[in-house]
Amino acid sequence: MKFGIVTFPGSNCDYDAYRAIVDSLGEEAVYLWHKDHDLMAVDVVILPGGFSYGDYLRAGAIARFSPIMREVAAHAKRGGPVLGICNGFQIACEAGLLPGALLRNESLKFVSAPVHLSVENNRTLFTSGYRRGQQITLPIAHGDGRYTADDATLDAIESAGRVLFRYVDGNGEQSPLANPNGSANNIAGIVSGKGNVAGMMPHPERALERVLGSDDGLLLFESMLAGVAA
Amino acid sequence: MTLFRVAIHITPRKGLLDPQGKAVAGALHSLGFVGVKEVHVGRHLVIETDAADADAAAASARSMCTRLLANPVTEDFEIDSATPR
Repeated sequence: MKFGIVTFPGSNCDYDAYRAIVDSLGEEAVYLWHKDHDLMAVDVVILPGGFSYGDYLRAGAIARFSPIMREVAAHAKRGGPVLGICNGFQIACEAGLLPGALLRNESLKFVSAPVHLSVENNRTLFTSGYRRGQQITLPIAHGDGRYTADDATLDAIESAGRVLFRYVDGNGEQSPLANPNGSANNIAGIVSGKGNVAGMMPHPERALERVLGSDDGLLLFESMLAGVAA
Repeated sequence: MTLFRVAIHITPRKGLLDPQGKAVAGALHSLGFVGVKEVHVGRHLVIETDAADADAAAASARSMCTRLLANPVTEDFEIDSATPR
């Protein structure tokens, strides 16, 4: 399977994503330059973390108009899988691939820390390897991660089971204290209505080896591999 | 074509939590500005653009806001009248 990782000016997790695919998953990965118009026949697109275009104006707002994003949007429209991580989630929201927006953390602080998450829906392309309700630990590192959408949109996402991950405390409880950024309903990641575009603030590509704190991110990539190959 | 200057104000959508505004309001209170009820921190953009007339310049600025400058999910915008440079 071939993964394409988009490099925007300011992306800084593109190599982590590359390493996740090539070293941990054992699959093929190519970098897709933001100015290119060709997805190079990849099966899956990853929008990686970072600070594309310096986060000027709003996180993701300018990257969204990169030439490659036209191809990414067409890929998504055809049902092709897209995973947006951190800044990639912000870009996917700005591009309209996912609903809502990510605003400044409620604390106004950049938060870099491992967080507990619960897997809310394991019947998706991105989470099928997890158990429903499974608690996992992934790192977050962001200043603009407060997921926000209007009430009707939130209702639609919730009632369709489109929340992938929620922030929880060590006991698995969805408490305000466990919410690192003030996200609505403790939402850490969502999936599109058609199920092929996912966005999440936590970094699965930084949680691939236990020696580095957690290997809970690996199952996400393995889920995608199994789902796309099927 | 004439060169126009258009000022745009972008503010957080009313009702959304605005932690920056709350922090600034707290600082103003501690400075003794006890009358301050609410503060909203947004962005102010000044754009110079060629346009046929002031209405066209404002219409162009409106389009810029809906397509790029303001997020329709979370922000409101206001456009001041366009003035020739």
